[in-house]
Amino acid sequence: MISQQLIVSGVGGQGILFITRLLAETAIAKGLPVMTSETHGMAQRGGIVISHLKIGTFSSPLVVPGRADGLIALKPENVGLHRYFLHDDGWIAANASAALPAAGELPVFAVPADALALEMKAPRSVNLIVLGRILAEGGRLFCSYEDICATLERKLAAKPALLQSSLDALRAGGNAAK
Amino acid sequence: MSERILMQGNEAIARGLVENGCIVATSYPGTPASEILSSVMAWRDAEHLPMHVEWAVNEKVALEIAYAGSQAGLRTAVAMKQVGLNVASDPLMSAAYLGTRGGFIVISADDPGPHSSQTEQDSRLLAMLAKIPVLDPDSPAQAREFTALAFELSEAFQVPVLLRPTTRVCHACQDILPVAVRKLDRKADFRKDPARWAATPKFRYRLHLELNRKLSRIAAHEPTAPRLLNPGLRSSRAVVASGVAAAHAREILASLGLWEELPLYQVLQPYPLHEAFIREVLTGYDEILVLEETAGVIEMQLRDRSRVRGKISGAVPEAGELLPELMEGILAEFAGRPARSLPSPADAAGRRPTLCPGCPHRASFYAIKKAAPHGIYPSDIGCYTLGLNLGGVDTVLCMGAAVSQAAGFYQAYRVAGEPRDVVATIGDSTFFHAGIPPLIDAVSQGARFVLVILDNATTAMTGNQPTPAMPLPGKVAVPIGQVVEGCGVQFCKTGDPLDLPAFTRLLGEAVRFSREEGVAVVIAKSPCLVDRNRPRTRRPQVLVGASCTGCRLCTSQFECPALVFDEETGKVTVDLLICSGCGVCIDVCPSGAIMKREEPA
Repeated sequence: MISQQLIVSGVGGQGILFITRLLAETAIAKGLPVMTSETHGMAQRGGIVISHLKIGTFSSPLVVPGRADGLIALKPENVGLHRYFLHDDGWIAANASAALPAAGELPVFAVPADALALEMKAPRSVNLIVLGRILAEGGRLFCSYEDICATLERKLAAKPALLQSSLDALRAGGNAAK
Repeated sequence: MSERILMQGNEAIARGLVENGCIVATSYPGTPASEILSSVMAWRDAEHLPMHVEWAVNEKVALEIAYAGSQAGLRTAVAMKQVGLNVASDPLMSAAYLGTRGGFIVISADDPGPHSSQTEQDSRLLAMLAKIPVLDPDSPAQAREFTALAFELSEAFQVPVLLRPTTRVCHACQDILPVAVRKLDRKADFRKDPARWAATPKFRYRLHLELNRKLSRIAAHEPTAPRLLNPGLRSSRAVVASGVAAAHAREILASLGLWEELPLYQVLQPYPLHEAFIREVLTGYDEILVLEETAGVIEMQLRDRSRVRGKISGAVPEAGELLPELMEGILAEFAGRPARSLPSPADAAGRRPTLCPGCPHRASFYAIKKAAPHGIYPSDIGCYTLGLNLGGVDTVLCMGAAVSQAAGFYQAYRVAGEPRDVVATIGDSTFFHAGIPPLIDAVSQGARFVLVILDNATTAMTGNQPTPAMPLPGKVAVPIGQVVEGCGVQFCKTGDPLDLPAFTRLLGEAVRFSREEGVAVVIAKSPCLVDRNRPRTRRPQVLVGASCTGCRLCTSQFECPALVFDEETGKVTVDLLICSGCGVCIDVCPSGAIMKREEPA
C-alpha cells in the first residue's frame, strides 16, 4: 500500500488546513487510510501553523522528525524551521522567489506564489499555487494533479466562482514548473 | 451513509453523540474542544434530529443544563476545554454523588503542550477528585467509539462519565465510516425524589458510600478494561499507555523492532483503573513503563514504586506534550536499545501570533495607551490577549479576571494613597461568561477603573460562535449595554475603535470619570474581520508615501503585520497580501505618510 508522510507549514491565514484536508480527502477518494494533525486556536492568528499528514496504515497522527517524505512550505522561512522533519531523500515544495540555502542538498520545487497570487488578484490562493507546483512534478505526491482537481470539484461544487479561482491557482502553480 | 469521510476528532465525537441517541448537547467554546458542538449542530440539521443544542453562557451553566436532561432520563452531553471544567467543577462534584438517569457524558479536552491554553492540567485528576470514571481515546475513530461506551457505562452505573480527548485527538483527522443514528424513543420523564435530587448532608454521606461502591464495580467493568495489543509475548518488561501516547507507542514499537518483544497494554479507562489489570501487570512483570498525558494518573494507581516507571519515577517528563520523538527515546532506553539520534528543530525565532490585520482590537489597544499612558492594563482570555504584543495587556489570569483584577489593582493602590489609572479589556463573550459578577462587585465596592468591552459580536478566537448579545432566529438577544447598566455602572458609552480619533477622545472621557466617580465602561463595537458568518467587504488598501521617516511607530506601537519595515530602504511597506484596508494606520502615522490607495485590490 502507498505510504507517505507530509508536513504542510506556513502561518495562520494562509489556508494550511484547507490544503491538508484537500490532500486527505483525495487520499480517501483513492481508497487510502489517512491521518492528519492540525493547528487551531491562538497560533492561527498569524503564528506558525503546521499540519502533519500521513497516508497509509498509521496509528499516530504525528510525523516523527526525520521521517517525512515531503515538506510543503507556504513561507520561505518555514523551510529552515521545518526541514528537520524530512528524511535524507525528502523533497521540498516552497513559496519562494529566491534561492533557499536552508534546503541544503534536498530537491526544492519553488514558486514565487506571493507575486503570482497578487498578479491573479487572489491573495488567498498562495496555498493552491504551491500545491500546483509540486503536483506538476509527477510522482512526488501520492496523488496526481487530476486527483486534486476532482476533489476540488467535489468540495466546491456549490461555489462555482471559488472553484474556478482555485483551479486557476492550481494551474498557475503547475505552469510555473515549466 | 456508506462512504468513509474525513472527520476531525471533534466531529467524530459529535457523530458518536448523535449516533448514540444524545438529545441535549451543550458547550462553551474553547480550544481544543470548540468544534464538538458546532459539529453536533451540523449533524442535527443534516439528519433533522429533535435535539436541544446550545452554546451556553459558560461551562457551569452548560453542564447544569445537560445534567438536568439526564435527570429527566435523556442521553445528554456537555463539551468544554480543560480549564472550562474548572468552571464547571462545582456541579460536577455534586452530580457525581447524585448520579444520573439518562447517560451523561462530560467531555473535557486537554491540551498538553500547551498549544492554546493557560495550563496543561490533566482532567483525569478532576475525574479522580469527583470520583467518576474517565475514558481516554487515542484517535478520532476511538473517540467516536468511546461515546457509545461512555453512554453505556453512565447508564449501567448511573454516574457521569468523563470523556477526555487531548489536542492530538480533537484536532487530528481520520477517515471514518459513519453509522446510522440510533432512535432511542425516550421522552423527558423527571421522577421526583427529593431525598436524592435535593439530598441534605446526611443523605450525601450515603450517596458517597454508594458512589464508592459504584467505583469498585466500574473497576471491574469488562467493556472498558485495558487491552493487550500484542498478546503472546514472553517478557519481564511491559509498556502501559493511554490516549494518543498509545497510538504513538504502536508505531514506535514497530519502527524500533520491539513489537514482537515488548507487551503493550492500552488503558481505555485510566480511572478507576481495573483491579484485575493492576494485579496482572504487578505480578507478571519486573518493570513497567507507563506512557500517558499529562499527569501520572495510571502510574499512581499501579501501587509499586520500585517497578513502575513513568512521570512520578522521573522516567517520563512531567510537563509538556509527550511527542513521539520523545517517546521513541524513552522506549528505546526502557528496552535497552541504543536511541536513534533525532534531527532537531532549527534554532530560529518563530513568528509570534498577532492580532489580524484590520482587527478592531488593535485600534482599541492603541487608543487605551493614548488615553491612559501610565495605566495598568488587566486583560482576559481571547484573541485580544495578543494585545500584549503592542503593550496593551499587562495581566491575563483566567476568564473574567480582567474585571476583578482591575478592581483589585484599584483597591491596592487606594490603600497606598497613590491612585493609578486602570484600564481593563475583556471580550464580549468573556464578559458574559464570567465578567458580570465581578462588575457588580466592583460597582458595589466603589472601585474606580475603566472597563473596555471589546464587542466584535462573536466568540472570535474559537471559531466565531455566537454570544448572548446576538439576535438569532427564535432567541432573545441580551444587549451588553443593558447588562452593564443593570450592574449599576453610571458611565456606559459605545464607540467605534476604527474611528481612532473619536474613540481615543471617548476613552479620555472615561478615564477622567473613573478618576473621580467610579467604574466607567466603554463598549468598543466593531465586528470581527474573520467572522465567516459576515460578508467580506473589499476596502481600498493603504500605501506608504515618500514622507515615511522610518520611525517604526506603526510597526512597534501599532504592530500591524501588514506594515513591514524594509531594512534596505529604511522605510515601511505594505504587505498587500494581508492588508485589510481598515485605514486605522493613517491616523497612527505621525508623518502623515500612510494614505488610501485609489481602489480596492
